[in-house]
Amino acid sequence: MIARIRDSGPKTVLLVLACLFALFPLMSMLSAALAQQGTIPVGISIPTDPQWHNFVDAWNAANITTLAWSALLLVLGVVPASLLFATMAGYALGGLKIPLGTPFFLLLLLGLTLPFEAVLVPLYYQMQSMGLLNTRIGFILPMIGLNMPFAVFWMRTHFQSIPKEISESASIDGAGPLSNFRHIQIPLAIPAMASLSVLLFLGTWNQFMLAIVLIQDPDKRTMAGALQAFVGEHQTDVVLLNAGALLIMAPVIVVFVIFQRFFSRALLAGAVKG
Amino acid sequence: MSTVDGLVSDVNLADEAAAEGRRARWARRYGAKAGWSGWLFALPALVMYAVFALYPILTSIQYSFYDWNGIGRAKWVGFDNYVEVFTDPRLLGSIWHAFFLIIFFTIFPILIGLLVASVVREIRSKVLTATARTIMFLPYIIPGAAAAIAWTWMYTPNGAVNQLLSAIGLESWTRAWLGDFTWALPAVGFIGTWILTGLCTLLLLSGIGKIDATLYEAAALDGAGRWKQFRTVTLPGLKSEIGVCVTITVIAALASFDVVFMSTQGGPGRATMVPGVEVYQLGFTESRIGTASALAIVLALLILVVVIPLQRLFRED
Repeated sequence: MIARIRDSGPKTVLLVLACLFALFPLMSMLSAALAQQGTIPVGISIPTDPQWHNFVDAWNAANITTLAWSALLLVLGVVPASLLFATMAGYALGGLKIPLGTPFFLLLLLGLTLPFEAVLVPLYYQMQSMGLLNTRIGFILPMIGLNMPFAVFWMRTHFQSIPKEISESASIDGAGPLSNFRHIQIPLAIPAMASLSVLLFLGTWNQFMLAIVLIQDPDKRTMAGALQAFVGEHQTDVVLLNAGALLIMAPVIVVFVIFQRFFSRALLAGAVKG
Repeated sequence: MSTVDGLVSDVNLADEAAAEGRRARWARRYGAKAGWSGWLFALPALVMYAVFALYPILTSIQYSFYDWNGIGRAKWVGFDNYVEVFTDPRLLGSIWHAFFLIIFFTIFPILIGLLVASVVREIRSKVLTATARTIMFLPYIIPGAAAAIAWTWMYTPNGAVNQLLSAIGLESWTRAWLGDFTWALPAVGFIGTWILTGLCTLLLLSGIGKIDATLYEAAALDGAGRWKQFRTVTLPGLKSEIGVCVTITVIAALASFDVVFMSTQGGPGRATMVPGVEVYQLGFTESRIGTASALAIVLALLILVVVIPLQRLFRED
């Protein structure tokens, strides 16, 4: 027992240090967020008189209810459609092996390392000419398109791992490709689709650059994009700024902690495949 | 009996032949070789990708050959914008900063990750592992813009960084980090270190768990110490995981935007200007669409030129 503790001692210390490093900035924010409003907090301290109502004030100042709703609408616009299109294309490329699939796939691979900066300016003018600037749909459509390289790549990898015999036996039962896709391929693809939707959710919820360029109204942006406007308004109020920023990042942390095993798996697998 | 057996097997044969025929027909119609109709499945993805990714890229390339302010008439200038990207010290400086950030986005997280992962390797306590994993992921899952706000506050003269330095007797090091021409870029880079260290550590930990434990025993039997075990067993065993970390973090460094935009906007002066923020300012503040597009295309190509050899380097043999 003692040997076991001694053996894990340095490991535990190092792991705890790594965790403290990750938590330190968040604790610094919390410490500032709980200070007296109107004062200028100093560094990190355990608040003697924590002002929890700062969060209520920040909630109203940052308009969190509206922001969360808006971000949710964007996620609902981007994630299911991206998931469906990517699953279908992944099946076409990895399962059906459509003719000229390889050139299509190579074209998609080009987009895999594409920085959003490369399409930022033209997308702005494209959305302007389509009349979609400052609308949610004008953010949702480009996000779906820009998600395609990674998402299709991900689903193609899954469908390549499904043995051909499964679709062939379906064909004997008289199932066409559509019914095969719906009743046999999709159920088998659920785990891959679930991980992908986690990654798509994070990518959309945290999307900053496209949100601030394509949507002027902060109330229609993603949570990350709304931060920019919030900082602009409350630059000098350190207390409110930190409380608001914590609230803005809270939903993604809550969702992450609830589904943490699921997220970890998706993030690690996502990194490896990306 | 034998006739019945024969009959049954005949029936089976006939069934199989029929099934084979159906299978072949199905394959012809939808399957492996023929099957243009399969494109119906790929079409939505292709259309979305073509309209909202490929078309803007092509437009970007087109813009990059013009002098255009976004409203008036565009003037064809050939490669002038590209010449500007590679000669204007201002634009060249932003590219150099992006490469400098690799030290903080890639090298530090991977070194720290390797240290933690190789020491921790196997933690017996499940609770501790799960908690540590959740906490170490946090910096990566919160929006980069929020991380920038947290660190901007920590870097102020009153912030936690200076408080920490004073506490360990380094008062002379305290400063307004993001306002300092020398230290602003490393300070911004360190936000990247914070964001990416947890991810790299966890990736390397999951990789180290897959290394065969007997390799360590064999190395120990050969008299290899900790450092030698690390060099001969751990590092080679983590080749592909290190490759993944390098790829992700190098792209994050070269294409950085959120963190810089929210912490310094490229300042003070141009001390922390990176291509991402530069493209934004040229495109939307200064209305120099041509130059913005040329820089954006150069950035996209730079990432390809850096990432493709890295992929080859770390590919598993």
